[in-house]
Amino acid sequence: MPDATGLELIAHDLREQVPGSVTGTQHHRGTATLVIDPEAVMQVLTWLRRTPNQDYHFLASVHGCDYLPHAPRFGVHYELLNMERVERLHVKALLEDPGEPELPEMDSVAALFPTANFQEREIYDMFGVVFRGHPDLRRILMPDEYEGFPQRRDFPMGGEPVLFTHNEHQTPRWYE
Amino acid sequence: MSEPAGSVRQLATGVTAEPAGDAQTEAELMTINFGPHHPATHGVLRLLVTLRAEEVLEAIPYIGYVHTGIEKSCEDKSYWKVIPLVERMDYLAYYFNAMAFCMSVERLLDEPVPERAQYLRVIHCELNRIHSHLVWLGTSALDLGAISIFWYCFRERDKILDLFEYSSGQRMHTRYIQVGGVADDIPAGWAEKALRFTEDMEERVGQYEAILDRNEIFLQRTRDVGIVPQQRLLDLGVTGPLLRAAGNPWDLRKATPYSSYDKFDFKIPVGTVGDCYDRYRVRLAEIRESCSIVRQAIEGLPEGPHITTNRKVALPPRHELATSMEALIHHFKLVTEGFRVPPGEAYVPIESPRGEMGCFVLSDGSAKPARVHMRDPSFVNLQALREMVVGGYIADMITNLAMLDPILGGIDR
Amino acid sequence: MEIRREKVGAPTDVRARQHRASEMLRGIDMSGADLDKYVEERVLTTTLEKALNWARSNALFPATFGLACCAIEMMSIVTARYDSARFGAEVFRASPRQADLLILSGRVSIKMAPVVRRIYDQMLEPKWVIAMGACSSSAGVFNNYALVQGADKFMPVDIHVPGCPPRPEALLHGIIKLQAKIKGDPTLGWRERYGAHGTEELGDGPESNGS
Repeated sequence: MPDATGLELIAHDLREQVPGSVTGTQHHRGTATLVIDPEAVMQVLTWLRRTPNQDYHFLASVHGCDYLPHAPRFGVHYELLNMERVERLHVKALLEDPGEPELPEMDSVAALFPTANFQEREIYDMFGVVFRGHPDLRRILMPDEYEGFPQRRDFPMGGEPVLFTHNEHQTPRWYE
Repeated sequence: MSEPAGSVRQLATGVTAEPAGDAQTEAELMTINFGPHHPATHGVLRLLVTLRAEEVLEAIPYIGYVHTGIEKSCEDKSYWKVIPLVERMDYLAYYFNAMAFCMSVERLLDEPVPERAQYLRVIHCELNRIHSHLVWLGTSALDLGAISIFWYCFRERDKILDLFEYSSGQRMHTRYIQVGGVADDIPAGWAEKALRFTEDMEERVGQYEAILDRNEIFLQRTRDVGIVPQQRLLDLGVTGPLLRAAGNPWDLRKATPYSSYDKFDFKIPVGTVGDCYDRYRVRLAEIRESCSIVRQAIEGLPEGPHITTNRKVALPPRHELATSMEALIHHFKLVTEGFRVPPGEAYVPIESPRGEMGCFVLSDGSAKPARVHMRDPSFVNLQALREMVVGGYIADMITNLAMLDPILGGIDR
Repeated sequence: MEIRREKVGAPTDVRARQHRASEMLRGIDMSGADLDKYVEERVLTTTLEKALNWARSNALFPATFGLACCAIEMMSIVTARYDSARFGAEVFRASPRQADLLILSGRVSIKMAPVVRRIYDQMLEPKWVIAMGACSSSAGVFNNYALVQGADKFMPVDIHVPGCPPRPEALLHGIIKLQAKIKGDPTLGWRERYGAHGTEELGDGPESNGS
């Protein structure tokens, strides 16, 4: 990963190229994190991929995250990798929750990194983040007609109560 | 990527995406459903394949048929109870799942792992890699019509499972790797058995090669099949033996050595053509290298504790409970609540038998993880299947699927 | 049909049984159509049924159907060390139409449940189901939104094999238990248990004239 100075240099260059794109940097436990504005994700990742001396050509992973109860609720994480320098850069886009019927939206990076295709579909399936410009945004793991986004923190765990001798009487028709 | 995927949906609904084909050509297109119950899909993968005679025009995977919600269940369990859950994701690489998760938590805790524990982890992971490749070889050869190799591979697999059972008590899903080390030291006589097994195994690999390498049917079905350029594989996020077969020597054990991998002398096998035959050769060569790593690790196994002595993370030894009040309190706290992890995020990748297996853990400071995500190599590698099979014959699709080695439990999680 | 096993003791016992059997065959106070019916019911059908069940139980054709972790252990029961051929259950058939035993080897998600049910419906009767492992029996540790909490919610299950995953020996034990059940009663009374009368396939099995 880039060291703390290198991370600040990247953030500085990015702020010059795309004003307002980088909202913060973190260097924690050996992970360099770039917190970005979700509206600028395409520009930031394009810059990180195409700029000489950056060359983050490999997108290792895209995953979603629900930070409830914290304020920007959703996070979409991009794990970038430069294979020549063996440097990992963790880019994090934070999205506000627009309220119940609306879904948070951001740009898809599948045109830049084709590997993001399935992984963005998984984030849509599990967290309900809509990726604009995604070639085929459908549910991927849950059935097509499923309602709700199961890995949000406020989605119930589901399943059934387990019957023990101390609570079996609370379950209706437990004796059947 | 965008246009073909869009055309698939049209094909699936019965409208052909062939530009200006005459009526006869369009009539010959056939869309068949392949799976989720099919013996050659290695699980419950479903493919919607569009064919013109025997040529594959489009293959689109539908997944999620063993989606288990493990990532959600993990949020409801304390950290050390998550380990058996994540082991059930990629069910042929259970040590790697547990290892990726434990390394993420260790990074958040900033907890060093004793050297003996690192070596024991390496030994078990490499045995697990051999086990995974053996199951892959047996089932793949079965798909290509070579049934005898299946019996041989499962014979060796049972020997590995005997070793796992001896050291941890379970054949599969052993929960051997703990946060801070491993659950227990290896029992007496285990090292000798493992050494004897590695010697056997190297001989057996030669026998497998003797069966398959000169088999004309096997060669014709694997040579020059499913070649995808290296750059395209990188864009699709493919790692592991598939990428190495295309000639890129990317292996996280060498690139970012974790868990004492820098202390062992081993080679990274790479292919030259990138076809299915190279994928097979790379994996067989990896079995040999894994045997060598296991031997080096057992011979150089350092003395010392097998788990960290930090009582806030690891359980105290059993005999201390009867004599030490402090140990009893620690034991009680760990068993009832579990340990708390400082807030933060960690993504730790390791090299699983199928590629980069990364575990993302988000901690909010409590005793339960706020999010556990496994970047499973099978899930990402599956995207390359379309590139491999389109334009080829449908029989080659079976070969490609077999040599891709997808584990549906890891894909769907 | 009920199987009665009697101990064979001294040769005199055998002779006594033979005598009793010939008495039954002859019919003590019957003749004509009554006797024919009596003989048909008591001797011929019982023996045929027994032989049929014996043959069914020792020639189980499991479907090649793997779901998750348990599928790997299910594959290993046919290998050299465990060798389910000893119990006549080694011929895994890829098509459900040729199989009569469905081994649910792994977790059944809500997306997979309709598929599993369809595969079960495609199998010809008589057919049996083994739920292998904790997940297909009760969803095991995964008490969450994605899984069907126990496969017997949507299909009849005859044998539950515990374990996560069960050892191949445990699965073989389950198969042997199933064989014992088949020898006793091939339908295993599941239609009574699940209230599923009316689902019989015509002209098959002793229950087809029931409803």
